[in-house]
Amino acid sequence: MLLKDVALALDAEILCCEELLDREVKTCFACDMVSEMLLHVQSNTLLITSLTNAHVLHAALVMDALAVVFVGGKRPDNTVIKNAEHSGLPLMTTKKHIFECCGLLYKEGLRGYEH
Amino acid sequence: MLNNSFRFTPHITLEFKIEEKDFFIASESASRIKKTLQQLGIKQDIIKRTAIIIYEAAMNVAIHAIHGALKVYVDPEVISVVTEDVGPGIENVELAMKEGYSTAPQEIREMGFGAGMGLPNIKQCSDELVIDTKIGEGTTLKAKIYLNKNHE
Repeated sequence: MLLKDVALALDAEILCCEELLDREVKTCFACDMVSEMLLHVQSNTLLITSLTNAHVLHAALVMDALAVVFVGGKRPDNTVIKNAEHSGLPLMTTKKHIFECCGLLYKEGLRGYEH
Repeated sequence: MLNNSFRFTPHITLEFKIEEKDFFIASESASRIKKTLQQLGIKQDIIKRTAIIIYEAAMNVAIHAIHGALKVYVDPEVISVVTEDVGPGIENVELAMKEGYSTAPQEIREMGFGAGMGLPNIKQCSDELVIDTKIGEGTTLKAKIYLNKNHE
């Protein structure tokens, strides 16, 4: 599944790095705890979260996340968006909530990382 | 025994000061050390485990201590992550090692931290872990990751 298909499935607004939406998503992980992100986000992982602070962006970058989807209509401040843009990390936001997002993407065939 | 993963690994020491509530130091230090380890050609799995240990250990110091330091030693056979802090110490280490147990304040939890996963994550990612703590004085944490050992 490509990032642009994710955006379509979630009716998401792209916040930055629109030119990178041809990247392929291999796995997906959804959480609101940084410790869990560290353990479960790999390269090629799409991160779904409702946390929008700068720490989440940094954790996603440390773990080489493929992109981040913010749920529930949440959007990070402009500094976070600019940093993500600079680092080549696509961000998007959707009005849908976390359960709905996971369900829609699972239906499209996306799965979590198997340890 | 040598293998390809660390044939060029020299002895390197990296050091970061950690001030109280400086939460950005965790990602900054993890990210910088990750880059260094990548340049050395160290295996991806080991880099990931090291980055998690650094992130969690530095975050613990920033959340709980008054100030402290993070030191990372990279040797041909082992990576050692050491944090030393001046702070309250850990009252019950056994309890602190349990997943979900946290003494972090609410404001920290709202940021996505303090989930009680820090020390369990560090333990899970390291081959050896030693925590030395004195109430009212501070805590020293030493974690080792062996470069040629299969991690469970």
